[in-house]
Amino acid sequence: MNFYATLLIALKALRVNKMRSALTMLGIIIGVAAVIVMVAVGSGARAQVEAQIRSLGANLMMVFSASSTYTGARAAVGAAYSISEEDAYAIGRELTDVVAAAAPALRGSGQIVAGNSNWSTSFYGVTPDYFDVREWSIAEGRFFDQAEINGAAKVVVLGKTVADNLFGDASPIDQTVRIRTVPLTVVGVLAAKGQSPGGSDLDDVLLMPISTARNRVLGATSLAKSRAVGSIQIKLIDGIDSQYAEERVRELLRQRHRLQPGQDDDFTLRNLTEILQTREESSRVMALLLAAVASVSLLVGGIGIMNIMLVSVTERTREIGLRRAVGAQAGDILRQFLVEAITLALIGGLVGVLLGSAGAQAIGALAGWPIQLSASATLLAVSFSAAIGIFFGFYPARKAARMSPIEALRHE
Amino acid sequence: MNASPPPRSPLIRTVDLAKDYPLGDTTVPALRGVSLDISAGEFVAVMGPSGSGKSTFMNLLGCLDHPSGGQYWLGGHEISRLTDDALSSLRNRRIGFVFQHFNLLARTSALENVALPLLYRGMGARERHERAAHRLRQVGLAERMDHHPVQLSGGQQQRVAIARALVGDPALVLADEPTGALDSRTGVEIMALLQQLNHEGITVVLVTHEHDIAAYADRIIHFRDGRVVDDLANAHRDAGADLAALSAVSA
Repeated sequence: MNFYATLLIALKALRVNKMRSALTMLGIIIGVAAVIVMVAVGSGARAQVEAQIRSLGANLMMVFSASSTYTGARAAVGAAYSISEEDAYAIGRELTDVVAAAAPALRGSGQIVAGNSNWSTSFYGVTPDYFDVREWSIAEGRFFDQAEINGAAKVVVLGKTVADNLFGDASPIDQTVRIRTVPLTVVGVLAAKGQSPGGSDLDDVLLMPISTARNRVLGATSLAKSRAVGSIQIKLIDGIDSQYAEERVRELLRQRHRLQPGQDDDFTLRNLTEILQTREESSRVMALLLAAVASVSLLVGGIGIMNIMLVSVTERTREIGLRRAVGAQAGDILRQFLVEAITLALIGGLVGVLLGSAGAQAIGALAGWPIQLSASATLLAVSFSAAIGIFFGFYPARKAARMSPIEALRHE
Repeated sequence: MNASPPPRSPLIRTVDLAKDYPLGDTTVPALRGVSLDISAGEFVAVMGPSGSGKSTFMNLLGCLDHPSGGQYWLGGHEISRLTDDALSSLRNRRIGFVFQHFNLLARTSALENVALPLLYRGMGARERHERAAHRLRQVGLAERMDHHPVQLSGGQQQRVAIARALVGDPALVLADEPTGALDSRTGVEIMALLQQLNHEGITVVLVTHEHDIAAYADRIIHFRDGRVVDDLANAHRDAGADLAALSAVSA
C-alpha cells in the first residue's frame, strides 16, 4: 500500500473523531506554542542585551584605582588615584601583543552652563584613543586631536543628551559652555548610543582633553596635582583571551607600582568580555530551562497521543481483523496507525507554531519587548513533534499489527 | 467417508490437518487430523455443533492461522509453512471472505468498502473503483454505490460484503454463517446470489448450523470433536426457485 493511501486513511480516521483528535493535539499545540513564544521572547531579550553590551565597546577592559589594605581601612573603588596616565601609555606601548589601545580617563562631574541653560553631568578628560576604545563615533563636528591635548585646549565634545538639553535643536558647534567657570568651545557632538545594560544613559556625557580636565577644570582640587587618573580603558586585540590579557596587564601594573609578591593589587581590573560571557551563560541556563519546560509539555502531549491511539486501536479491533483478512500485512497495519499518530502530532506541531508565532508577536506588540522569531527553533519544534508521534505512536501501532486476525475479527 | 475421487484436480487438499490451542499448561486439540479434498467449482456446506472444530477448519482454509500439524494445499501449493506476510498476500489474491456480521467499515461508502482488498495490492484509485463498481453491479447494488453501511439494509450490506469478497477475483469464497444475521427471506436471497456465483465457477465453502441453508450446497461435511464424521453429496435446492415461490406467496 502506498504512502498517500495510508495518509488518506489516517486523515479520515482523525476526521471521524474531530473533537477527540483536537483535544489530543492540544498537549502538543501548547508545548510547541510555548517553545516558540519563549524562544522568541528570550532571544529577543538576549539580542538586545548583547547589543547594549557591545555598545560599550567590544573587547573592553577597564582598570580602576583601588585602595590597598596596606593603609588599613578600604575606600571605595576608584577613590584613591593609584594609577597614572603613564600606566596607560605603558600598557599601550608594552603590551602590543594583546592590547589594541589603552586610554586614560579622568572623571569629574559638575554643572554645565550654556547661555540660559544648564545641565548636571559627568565629564571625562581623555585622549583621542578613548574614542577608539569606547567605539564612539561623531555625529557632528570633530574629535579633538593630540595637539589640543598637548596644549590643554579649551575644547569639548558633547554627548547627545547633553547637547539636546543645553542647545535643543540648535547646533552646539562653536558654541561655548562653562564648567566650574571654565569656558570651553564645543567642537563635536557624539553619535547616540542609547542605554547601558544597567539602564544608565550612555549619551549623558561630556569629553574634553585630559590635560584640560586636569589643569583647567579639576586643577583646584589636590587630587589632580599628580599624573593620576581614575581609570584606564583598554581595547583588546580581537580574539585575544581576556583572562590572559588580564594577567598581562596585572603583571605590568604590579611591576610598575613595585608591589611585592603577596601584596594586594592597588587597582581593580574589570573585563566586559566577562560580563558578556556571564550574560551568555545565564541565557544558556535560561535556554536549558525553557528546553526542560518544553520537553515536559511535549512529553505529556506525547503520552496523550499514545493514550488515544491505544483507545483507537482497541475500538477498531474488528476493522484491523477485517483489513488483515482481506490481505493487509502486519506492516500495513503498523504503518496505518503510526502515520495516524505522526499526523496527529505534526498537525498539533504546526498549529502550535502558528499560535506560538502569533502569540509572540502579540506579546511583543503589547509589552513592547523585542521579539526574535527563530527559524531553527520552529524547525526543531516541528521535527520534535513528529518524533514524538513516532515514539509514542509506535507502541499502539505495534499492538495493532501484532493482533491475531482471527481474534481481532471475533472481537465484540 | 465418501471415497469417490474428485472429478477435477482439487483446489483444496488437507492431509491430517491438526490444530491445538494452548490452555494453561496443556493443549486442547481443536482439530484432530482432517484429510479432505475440495475441487474447484464445488459448493460445500460445513456443519457441526459449536466446539466441533468447524470454525478452526475454516480459519485454516482461510489462511488466517497456522496448523499445528498436517498439510494444507491450496491451488497446488503447500502453504502451512508460509510466513505471515505470504499468507496475507495469499488471502488478498486467492480468498474472499463473507462474515455473519458483514464487517463493513462504517462511514465508508459501499464502493470504498468493496475496493478495500485492492488497496493492499497497491492498485491505483481509478482501477480500484472501476473493479469495485463492476462487482457492485453484479450483486445488484448499482444504485447504492455511494451509500454508507448505515443507509443499507442487512441484505444489502451482505451483498456489499459479497462484492468485496469477489473484487480480487478469488478462487475460493469462504462464507461464515452468511445468513445468520438476516431474516429467512433475505437469507434465501443471499443463498441465491452465492449459488449464482458458484454456477459462474467460484468455489464456495459455507459454514452454517441451519439445515435449510446447508440444503443449497452440493456437498455437506459434518464435524464433531475435531473430526469429519460425515461427508455427503447433496442434491441441492435451487434458491432462485425458492425465492420465486416466496415472492408468489407474498404477492
